Amino acid sequence: MSNDKHDKLVNLIADMEEDEALALTQELIDEGAEPTSILEICRAAMDIVGQRFEANEYFVPELILAGEVLDQMSAMVKPLIADTTEEDDKVDSGTVLIGTVHGDLHDIGKNIVTFMLDVNGYNVIDLGIDVSPQAFIDAIKEKSPEIVGLSGFLTLAFDSMKETVEAIDEAGLRDVVKIMIGGGQVDEQILKYTGADSFGLNAMSAVNQCKEWIGEAA
Amino acid sequence: MAPKDSDRDPKELYQERTQRIADAAALKETDRVPYIYATRFWNAKLADMTCKDTMYDVEKSISSNRKAIELLQPDAFGAANYAYGGALEKLDYHPLEWPGGGAADDVCFQYIDKELIVPAEYDEYLFDPTAFYLQKYLPRIATGFEGLKHFPNFPTLSEWNIVYNLRAFANPELQESFKTLMEVGEMVDHSMTRMTEFIKEMMEAGYPMAIGGFCKAPYDHIVDFLRGSKGGMLDMFRHKDKLLETIDKARLLLNTNVVEGAQRVGCPYVFIPLHWGLDGFMSPDQFNEFYWPSLRQTIHDLIEAEMTPVILWEGDCTTRLEFIGDIPPGKAIYWFERTDLHTAKDVLGDIVCLRGNVSPSLLNTGTADEVDAYCKDLIEYVGKGGGFMLDGAASITDEAPIENIVAMAESVHKYANN
Repeated sequence: MSNDKHDKLVNLIADMEEDEALALTQELIDEGAEPTSILEICRAAMDIVGQRFEANEYFVPELILAGEVLDQMSAMVKPLIADTTEEDDKVDSGTVLIGTVHGDLHDIGKNIVTFMLDVNGYNVIDLGIDVSPQAFIDAIKEKSPEIVGLSGFLTLAFDSMKETVEAIDEAGLRDVVKIMIGGGQVDEQILKYTGADSFGLNAMSAVNQCKEWIGEAA
Repeated sequence: MAPKDSDRDPKELYQERTQRIADAAALKETDRVPYIYATRFWNAKLADMTCKDTMYDVEKSISSNRKAIELLQPDAFGAANYAYGGALEKLDYHPLEWPGGGAADDVCFQYIDKELIVPAEYDEYLFDPTAFYLQKYLPRIATGFEGLKHFPNFPTLSEWNIVYNLRAFANPELQESFKTLMEVGEMVDHSMTRMTEFIKEMMEAGYPMAIGGFCKAPYDHIVDFLRGSKGGMLDMFRHKDKLLETIDKARLLLNTNVVEGAQRVGCPYVFIPLHWGLDGFMSPDQFNEFYWPSLRQTIHDLIEAEMTPVILWEGDCTTRLEFIGDIPPGKAIYWFERTDLHTAKDVLGDIVCLRGNVSPSLLNTGTADEVDAYCKDLIEYVGKGGGFMLDGAASITDEAPIENIVAMAESVHKYANN
């Protein structure tokens, strides 16, 4: 197997050349490439995509397409991998619990953040939309995340976020998690209002915040 | 409340406010900055009602709007009437969750992001949008439309085939849809008739309308109502030519009847809320390929027809400022949600009237004094020399304390813009 082809595949994924990337993936599989090596290629490509996103060279459409390419490549490769490997990838990485707060049904921003955290190696537990404070509390107790991400698009989310942070506090869990908020009109004033620890304006700021709090994921 | 206009002749006030709005839009200096009333459900909060109350009862929608307008005394009003809850329920309308219909009683309605057509259907939409809507699209978005899938495609028929195909109208599913749509039509007609009467009442009381028509950016329409956010973004890569062709077609369709509608109600302001062109979502290159050209054409066409487009640039659009000044000066209003208005004034102040943008975070969680100080700054900097209308960042937020909104409305009477 040539490293040239590996490098080429990394660049095809990173350059949004979907059809060629999938064709070369199949070629590598047919040549007997180690399936795990192809997943490593995916990770290397996503590092580049993330860097370009952070540098404002890429935007949400590129993230969505990169996610699609990764999904298709995973579907091609994973049947060839032993069952344990997938979970092993994320052993000891940080866990982030995320959800859209109650009353709000929007999930586009939350899904983008979830995707970026996931490709950066974090174990992300997505509770979905319209998530009650109690559901966050139950999941914190059960999953022991280091970080909780509260998402919301509507202005009603300001109060829902505040209530959720207060409920986590009242449950005695405030000291065991860091809480970040984001989405819609969230800003510094809403950060203070809700009592969360941090707010972000985009998916990369969420990734960087997680890195700052719990270090690089495994 | 600051200087009240209530003792003055309503006709005189109406003329004065109409001229103030028109002058601000034309970048002329005005005696003071105008304030526009717009909201979704703040009126319900003001009147101690739930959002559901005003979505299901047009009289409650009217009385709460009347209360808000009389309290705030705006220079123009966009009456927030969403009293179509019963109609939506009867129709079983899927793209929306509303208070009383899937969402809690006291929250705003919310659109559900969903792929409603697949890329292979672009060609059907392009070839015959009416047939595509009747037979495929509408049945997907509401149970009440489902029978329309049997509606004959008449332009494909000739001679006796036109008669033979009338048999479709004996189809029980099509008949059921017609019955549902007739009932829904009556409900919508009642709500709109009452609202029209209310608008007339407010105009006679001295308040001009803020919106006479509605339009969409073509790319937004495709993402919001056809392909969904994921599909709309992926199509930039996978179906670029077809997406661009559909944007052109959608622009022509969406712009049909907008001018006539606004002329009919006698209000030249055409509202265009934008969803997907903001910073961060798409690159400047994508903005200039998929978003701005068709929107700019819409703006030009409306201006050509002597309309005044009111574009709500949602989110932060700071990086778009360098591109979007490419329109005739003094003919449109740019309402910015999160873009810094000082910067916008510096870049676009000679080209377009600005509107906004007291932030939701301030309106919802700040004090009246903080709102007042923020408005003072906007009035003095952005309002300087004319070309500014004060409003919330994306209208009045539903949850804002009453005293904060009163502070915003009062500020235009307190602070001079020259």
